[in-house]
Amino acid sequence: MRKIDLVIIGGGPAGLAAAVSAKQNGIEDILVVERDHALGGILNQCIHNGFGLHMFKEQLTGPEYAERYIDKLNKLNIDYVLNTMVLSISKDKEIVLLSRERGYEKIEAKAVILAMGCRERPRGALNIPGTRPAGVYTAGTAQRYINMEGFMVGKKVVILGSGDIGLIMARRLTLEGADVSCVFELMPYSGGLKRNIVQCLDDFEIPLKLSHTIFEIVGKDRVEGVYAGEVDENFNPIESTRKFYPCDTVLFSVGLIPENELSKTCEINLDKRTKGPYVNGKMQTNIDGVFACGNVVHVHDLVDYVSEESERAGYYASKYILDKIDLKAEKIEIKAEKDVSYTVPQWIDKNSSEEIPLRFRVRRVFKEAKIILKTGDEVLKVINKKHLAPGEMETVKINNELISKIKNILSVSIEEVL
Amino acid sequence: MFDVLIIGAGIAGTMIARMLSKYNLSIAIVDKENDVGNATSMANSGIVHGGYDAAYGTNKGYFNVRGNQKFEKLTEELDVPFKKTGSMVLAFSDEEMDILKELYDNGLKNGVKEMYLLNKEEVIERERNISDKVMGALLSKTAGIVSPWELAIKACENAMENGAKLYLNETVLEIKEGSDIFEIVTNNNKFTAKCIVNCAGVYADEIHNMLGKNKKEYKPSFSIKPRKGQYYLLDKEAGNIVNTVLFQCPTKKGKGVLVAPTVHGNLLVGPDSEFISDKDDLKTTREALKYIRETAIKSVENIPFEATIRTFAGIRASGSTGDFIIEPSPLNDNFINVAGYESPGLASIPAVSEYVEKMVVKRFKNIEENKNYNPKNRKHIILEELNENQKIELVKENPDYGQIVCRCESITEGEIKDVINRKAGATTVKGVKKRTRAGAGRCQGGFCGPRVLAILGECLDKKESEINYDSKNSYLVRDREEGNPCEK
Amino acid sequence: MNKEMTCIVCPVGCSLTVTKNDKDEIIVSGNKCKRGEIYAKQELLNPVRVLTSTVKIKNAIVDRIPVKTEGEIPKEVLFEAMEIIKNTCLIAPVKCGDIIIENICDSNVNLVATRSLKAI
Repeated sequence: MRKIDLVIIGGGPAGLAAAVSAKQNGIEDILVVERDHALGGILNQCIHNGFGLHMFKEQLTGPEYAERYIDKLNKLNIDYVLNTMVLSISKDKEIVLLSRERGYEKIEAKAVILAMGCRERPRGALNIPGTRPAGVYTAGTAQRYINMEGFMVGKKVVILGSGDIGLIMARRLTLEGADVSCVFELMPYSGGLKRNIVQCLDDFEIPLKLSHTIFEIVGKDRVEGVYAGEVDENFNPIESTRKFYPCDTVLFSVGLIPENELSKTCEINLDKRTKGPYVNGKMQTNIDGVFACGNVVHVHDLVDYVSEESERAGYYASKYILDKIDLKAEKIEIKAEKDVSYTVPQWIDKNSSEEIPLRFRVRRVFKEAKIILKTGDEVLKVINKKHLAPGEMETVKINNELISKIKNILSVSIEEVL
Repeated sequence: MFDVLIIGAGIAGTMIARMLSKYNLSIAIVDKENDVGNATSMANSGIVHGGYDAAYGTNKGYFNVRGNQKFEKLTEELDVPFKKTGSMVLAFSDEEMDILKELYDNGLKNGVKEMYLLNKEEVIERERNISDKVMGALLSKTAGIVSPWELAIKACENAMENGAKLYLNETVLEIKEGSDIFEIVTNNNKFTAKCIVNCAGVYADEIHNMLGKNKKEYKPSFSIKPRKGQYYLLDKEAGNIVNTVLFQCPTKKGKGVLVAPTVHGNLLVGPDSEFISDKDDLKTTREALKYIRETAIKSVENIPFEATIRTFAGIRASGSTGDFIIEPSPLNDNFINVAGYESPGLASIPAVSEYVEKMVVKRFKNIEENKNYNPKNRKHIILEELNENQKIELVKENPDYGQIVCRCESITEGEIKDVINRKAGATTVKGVKKRTRAGAGRCQGGFCGPRVLAILGECLDKKESEINYDSKNSYLVRDREEGNPCEK
Repeated sequence: MNKEMTCIVCPVGCSLTVTKNDKDEIIVSGNKCKRGEIYAKQELLNPVRVLTSTVKIKNAIVDRIPVKTEGEIPKEVLFEAMEIIKNTCLIAPVKCGDIIIENICDSNVNLVATRSLKAI
């Protein structure tokens, strides 16, 4: 069996940053495995700008951001394969790959980095009643059709979901000549950035209807329209507000889910809250030598944070391969408490010498609040924050001084300042 | 001019065509849909019932158990996934325990074997996730699950390999009787045939009534009322919550809401039962989905509905006589009705198709056997199911099997091209999904959709904008209005 | 004059208030940085936007190559620019940063490629 030091599964922003970092930290023998026909991952279809403000202090488009890393990868002569699917990984880091070119192959790796990204939540998961005609897409699939395959998905469109993907697609479709009649959002607030409301909706006078959802999809062969209306505080449809919106296309932008099919093949423990692997401060999963980073761990808002996280994964994977990690270190559990949905990492090693960025999301919108880090009853750190929202991932850096004070459990919670 | 024209390419029409293809008869199957098995046959529970539920003395009672017995051989010949999971009818009250006994007795009369009345402990031992409120169950070990649309498709492929012809997008508008032949007028064509077999499902009554149209004082001998049923399909993660098909006690409306594994490892919850007025009404509704949810949890309290990947509806062809109508029309002896074909139609079909075969064959003199008849389909190779060495060899031989297209179900380009190129092959994205499961997984075609579209375009030599999702007017993408600027 | 607007320069999206003082000068408040002030004034005078889209390309691994305007162009010419982009044809190879259309719609801004694509 072919032996490779480090196999990175996924050649998108996470995999690329991890590969570059691992090489820069002394690992020569790396293979990046990518299922698509080019490196870059989802960034290849994210042709809009707004990427790279933190990393490069510039506003780049998705493909430009990807190309920065692809250039680094090429300059560092890091090996990669395209059009290759990883079928399974075993606990012993035996990886099975499938490709047209090389057929069915097995590789034994010293370390693996999972960087498979995420997938979109499908319409079916929402149980939206009605018929099931052609013309219903998730926003990302529509984006692929338009930006890479070169088709238009339809002429008259409604969108459910005002997260950034839904907003970006509203603008994209409009610029390409479609008529986006409305964006519906279940929550009483939009999930996307305010700037996107302006440049994607306001600029084109596309109405945004908050606390709304699609009640029913209509159409036999192709979409003919939707019934939509308001929802109550329990998100149940208020029938009296039902209204018909004629259209031939419906886009769903209703959530992303980390893609962990592969992780299941090697019995990695998955966190039900994130739908990604449990990882420690070194981005290592419960399996020694298997690391994970990027959207496969938890869905990010900014690709810059993906790169940062993945660089760390690459760094620690290289340390692991060079036998410089203490795998028996005492573990500290990180508990997401009041109003915190989850944290990544979910645990850290007691002897962590490097600073660890602790990332988390809050459960609801706060105008003013305190982020509180405690161990037992002892408060270790308090950070005052104006404006916290579920749609914006937060980061708190914890250093070894703080870590040394933790007794077994570190809890993260939010206190509202009224 | 055909010897036999079969109206309807669902489970009944295709299986009957297959039986008749054993002879040197010219056979045509016509269907108004754009694919085989695209109506009732596609949207049902996929249960091969044991046969205890269908009343003794009826056609249903007669054919169910006999059909059930032939399922293993049939699915092996046609290369269709089938699992004998067994089924349990659950009782939650004394009254329901009595019903179980009635079903058991009825089953005995029908000739159903391997039935057992279980007490509560035995039920829960067999299925740990059943509600603690269960009192007992009727276990039928001969019951199973099958993929019903795959059965129709494979039966059709087999029939066509043995000489039958398939005509899709043909809506029968008129049936005229000549001397000894029928003229069947569709929206596109005129067919003539000596014998018609009416397997038109929900429309079987309207097809039959075309015969009687010009007859004085014609009173339809039966009518078909569409009865809708809605379903939840859950992710494979939820697939092993139960291993047996779980029924609730039957009421006048139907067999109750079931919780069952599918042959591909998903979990199916449903259906409800609702008589509707529009035979084309396939809408799912909030009320029905709510009802199914609330009713299903009686059987299994912790069904993880958040793992739902799809909800859908199907329509049953409920006949006015309450039974299968499998007999020549009183209007014309060469017009054979296979109507009222609702549950247990799927389980019964191996027996029903043999019965109809005999009926049709009687009507032809000097009939010869088809010496080239092959009951078996060419195996559909699924990469996922091969062992390591087989995988290696297969991909070496045909690199298309090295290209995964559907990530969720691990379906390769080789498998997709195969089902496009067969008889009764896929011509739509949905057709590919029905035959390979590409798009049937947890992302519901989000990832593979564009790739499947491209492969269909390539194989059928069509532009992607000309490929449909399902019916003829269900385009998926449009070409850009400005055309190709590189060609100007 | 009292106008509310959201700054779109960076993902923060400051809520800006734009007023005029008695010297008839434009006063911007709510911005966390200088760029917000510049944005608000520009938005009042002549709203501008960066345009991103795709162009048809031949001989490459994909059918469309992503492009962007190197800077902001007047909002009112966005659709005019789109028309020009729609009728443009490129042939691989193209390098990220290559100018595809100079001075698009007289904006003094170039349209450039944002991805490198080799010829296949």
